[in-house]
Amino acid sequence: MAQVFGEFTEDFSDRSEFLVVGFSPSSLPIQLRWKTNGLSADFLGDYVKNFFPGDTSAALNRQTEIRSAVSFIANELLENAMKYSNKDAGQPVNLEVHLFSDRLIFISKNSLYSDAIADFQAYLQEVISGDVSEMYINQVEKSVENDAAESAGLGYLTMMMDYDASLGWKFDSVPNNQDIQVVTTMVQLPL
Amino acid sequence: MEVIGDDYRVWYESSNTSIYCQGSLRLAGTEEYAPIVRFLEDIIAQDPKKIFLNLYELEFLNSSGINVLSKFVIKVRQKESISITVQGSENIPWQGKSLKNLQRLMPALKLEWVS
Repeated sequence: MAQVFGEFTEDFSDRSEFLVVGFSPSSLPIQLRWKTNGLSADFLGDYVKNFFPGDTSAALNRQTEIRSAVSFIANELLENAMKYSNKDAGQPVNLEVHLFSDRLIFISKNSLYSDAIADFQAYLQEVISGDVSEMYINQVEKSVENDAAESAGLGYLTMMMDYDASLGWKFDSVPNNQDIQVVTTMVQLPL
Repeated sequence: MEVIGDDYRVWYESSNTSIYCQGSLRLAGTEEYAPIVRFLEDIIAQDPKKIFLNLYELEFLNSSGINVLSKFVIKVRQKESISITVQGSENIPWQGKSLKNLQRLMPALKLEWVS
């Protein structure tokens, strides 16, 4: 049974222009793969920017804005997917970007360690029901007291707080193996 | 004092107590940011009256980097003896969106913009 948190639409049209980048499961250490996150994110930013033509200064500003937002969001989604995917599951990491006239939809998919899911879902429950800008302040203040605390989730908060994006997550198992859990993360960026 | 990586450079000029961040900062989490965190803490330890955080050429910052700058601002605030001015560029969209959050962590922080 799939579990959904936040805003997650299944029925968006397949008429959208879209691009997918995929990373096969690999034994390469994460440090070596990390660089591909930034390269892919910047590429997606340049690619999407191209769909917003014009050479007036307003159009150029818009292109720069869109390129930057796509690059930030894609990079965060890829970083999370690489960081938290279950290295033993043999599942790829995918990132799709779909273009619509009023918004962009990002969809990332990665496997998860089963024992990390409960904490992750509890955190998501807070993200979707709480005040994100209060959460940002509290989370950063707390991480000053405890230097070991990771900044997990700050990317989600930034997308919602600074980019007006809406986020959703779907947890499911892979079709032919109930033991392998995957999360699909959806970010909708209004244009 | 400086920290240099493939895509970034962070350095401090004591003559004008300015920290410069340049390039793209998208390191992988707390561990990889540790040298930059130590670098920033060393500057706070020197107790300058005023710090300028110059981000004019910081094109990209991931959320782990946002966390590092946010924590730095809180530590400056906690020190009480240091005032800080963050210098952002209007031409770099992430700065226009996210730098204002630093002011929420430290209301006395000054934000200056160049175009």
